[in-house]
Amino acid sequence: MTPQYTIALAGNPNAGKTTLFNRLTGARQHVGNYPGVTVEKKEGLYQVDETTQANIVDLPGTYSLTAYSVEEVVARDYLIHEMPPAVINITDAANLERHLYLASQFMELGVPIVIALNMIDVARDRGITIDAKKLAELLTVPVIPISARSGEGVPELMLAAVKVAREQKVWQPLVLSYGDDIDEALLEMEALIRAGSFLADLYPPRWLALKYLEKDEQIISKGETTAAKTGAVELHQQLLTRTQWVSDHLMATMETYPEAMVADHRYGYIKSILRQGVISRVYDENRIYTSDRIDRVLTNRILGPLIMLLVLLGLYHFTFTYSELPVTWLGNFFDWLSGTVNHLFPDGPLKSLITSGIIAGVGGVLGFVPIIMFMFFGIAILEDSGYLARVAFMMDRIFRIFGLHGSSVMAYIISGGIAGGCAVPGVMATRTLRSPRERMATLLTAPFMNCGAKLPVLALLIGTFFTRNQAGFMFMLTLLSWIVALVVAKFLRLTVLKGEATPFVMELPPYRLPTFRGLAIHTWEKTWQYIRKAGTVILGASILLWASMTFPGLPQADRDVFEAQRQVIKSGQLIAIDQQKRLAVVDGAEAEQALLNSLAGRLGSGLESVSRLAGFDWRTNIALVGGFAAKEIIISTLGTAYSLGDVDPNSDDSLAQTLGASPNWDQVKALALILFIMFYSPCFVTVACIIREAGSWRWGVFSMIFNTTFAFLLATIVYQAGKGLGLTG
Amino acid sequence: MTRILLRKMKKNQTGTITAVKVGGELGRRVREMGLVPGTQVTIQGRAPLNDPVALRIMGGTLTLRNNEADFIEVEVENDTA
Repeated sequence: MTPQYTIALAGNPNAGKTTLFNRLTGARQHVGNYPGVTVEKKEGLYQVDETTQANIVDLPGTYSLTAYSVEEVVARDYLIHEMPPAVINITDAANLERHLYLASQFMELGVPIVIALNMIDVARDRGITIDAKKLAELLTVPVIPISARSGEGVPELMLAAVKVAREQKVWQPLVLSYGDDIDEALLEMEALIRAGSFLADLYPPRWLALKYLEKDEQIISKGETTAAKTGAVELHQQLLTRTQWVSDHLMATMETYPEAMVADHRYGYIKSILRQGVISRVYDENRIYTSDRIDRVLTNRILGPLIMLLVLLGLYHFTFTYSELPVTWLGNFFDWLSGTVNHLFPDGPLKSLITSGIIAGVGGVLGFVPIIMFMFFGIAILEDSGYLARVAFMMDRIFRIFGLHGSSVMAYIISGGIAGGCAVPGVMATRTLRSPRERMATLLTAPFMNCGAKLPVLALLIGTFFTRNQAGFMFMLTLLSWIVALVVAKFLRLTVLKGEATPFVMELPPYRLPTFRGLAIHTWEKTWQYIRKAGTVILGASILLWASMTFPGLPQADRDVFEAQRQVIKSGQLIAIDQQKRLAVVDGAEAEQALLNSLAGRLGSGLESVSRLAGFDWRTNIALVGGFAAKEIIISTLGTAYSLGDVDPNSDDSLAQTLGASPNWDQVKALALILFIMFYSPCFVTVACIIREAGSWRWGVFSMIFNTTFAFLLATIVYQAGKGLGLTG
Repeated sequence: MTRILLRKMKKNQTGTITAVKVGGELGRRVREMGLVPGTQVTIQGRAPLNDPVALRIMGGTLTLRNNEADFIEVEVENDTA
């Protein structure tokens, strides 16, 4: 059965839109993206009665229908181009005046809306009574009180929406007065637009005129291109001239802007309606409620930051402690799988492809799944409860200095701001930021934090070369990662992400207990998106990387030499243990030769002339190439490059001994390498996430090149300075 | 009655907005949140570092940065304290 009606859900953020959407569609929802932007498009089915199904489209939450944010443009374009037969406008009954501002803009456009007075139970508890019938009469649209959380009134709301959809009425724009100056201009401009039937197929003429007066960039640029195509340039110019005149006139007479006049009059219209006995209150409007009492503690000058630190630490521990067990299970499973394949297949490129390319790649992707699930569950709690907005409120003063937003702190901490996080969920967590430039700067700098995969590598180097006060040294590195992330963020905001701070104006929604259903849906959605989108990219990249470290294999002549050595050992008069040791040495040497001969090895040795500047030899180079797959691989690749055979990153100390004893290594080189590992290109799982979150592969490439260049410069400076001071061995 | 800037208001002080002197994106954001002339605001508190500020308005809570509050003029009862 195909759905007969499309019903869109629209409303302010925090109006309870998602709760209603989840209640209506349950698990029958589908998440996609609007074409060309990273805004999510959610759709789902709702069974009205036995024969009627409705397709519910969840529009992004917005406060108005201007064209400043992607969300607003998406919502507006959807309404204008798809012309849904009914739109449910969800409002917070306890904050009706402010929430009706969006409704007034829907009505200006003529959208057939049904107003849902959500959280009517909360309003009732607060002593607020709303006369829905009277409000419906005055606004001339259906108004239905509901509670999306308990389900109260939802069937009635849907019946009303379906009834509107069935009527298929012609869109009837609401005509408001915006004061004499604007009204006069509107009339003239509307007449001009009608006469030229300018953009008549898309917008109601008066609405189009209003958008010109409001200096709506999207509409004006569309007007300009259409005018150029249809030869209506003169008309477009006339509209602009009239707009400019009104603008100048209002500035001269009242020191105000046309868009301000329009907004003031919309509120005037709402106030005039609400004043006619629609709302009655038992208590004062700004009475202090439980939520405000909680805020007195949670945003208290001294207690607030302390509690916030505890909450963020808690989130961090929750994510990384509880996900450890499933991560280990997954790891064991993939090890077992690898082992099984090892037995079943004969030695050769196919086996190597399956174990090192495919299983390692898929394992790498799925290994993050528990972390992502736990992290998004934790974030969903913070977000749905309203606490996240308080974090932004408290941290904003500091992060603003660096061109970021108070909410940036979350992404940093999850990425490893407390050493041991992971940049993959960190980059995904930037979705909670609504300011585009601040969000980009955050997601590009979050990978500078010391994630859990860098830790064993750093620990190895610190443990080998900086044995005194290891914990203190690690703490300094954590601090350094914060400083670098913030300073680079500032640099990006002054260069590639240049632009004014996005206005901070934000709601502090009342605290609410999150629903388990909401949390579960949210968590599953994010996890599934990660598996689907990142999975395909990462598997491909993993195979590519495997191939570059495997091919071309050693020439037959070389392999014969190693084989001959083995035969000598085997035929010699040695006890079993000695024989095995010697065989291992030969195996190690062959692996080292094979790695050096591979594409990655050739790249590593080819780069040696450059990397020498930072003190890296070809072995380090290959390991760093391997680290692009996952940072902990640096250890095992170094092990192979030093012909140690398989090195276990967690328990084996043979590599530490080798490095410590090597005359080629000293503290300066180790420090340069530590810095490089901390700041060079994110691993490709992270790069895949950056591409997805930033909406363009260019940002992924940018982060690889920019970070690697930056890290290399830093490492070079340290190495050269150390050398200059005569600190090298 | 005196007119002062929103930034200068003290905690728990109430006033009525008389003018919002900013256009562009900030102007629009401020207005769509209900900060328009005639609206009553009460300062609920400030963040630990004194910025941003939290306001009670139309039964809800909003926050904005001090430099954003600078564009908003408020009429308050004469300060007798």
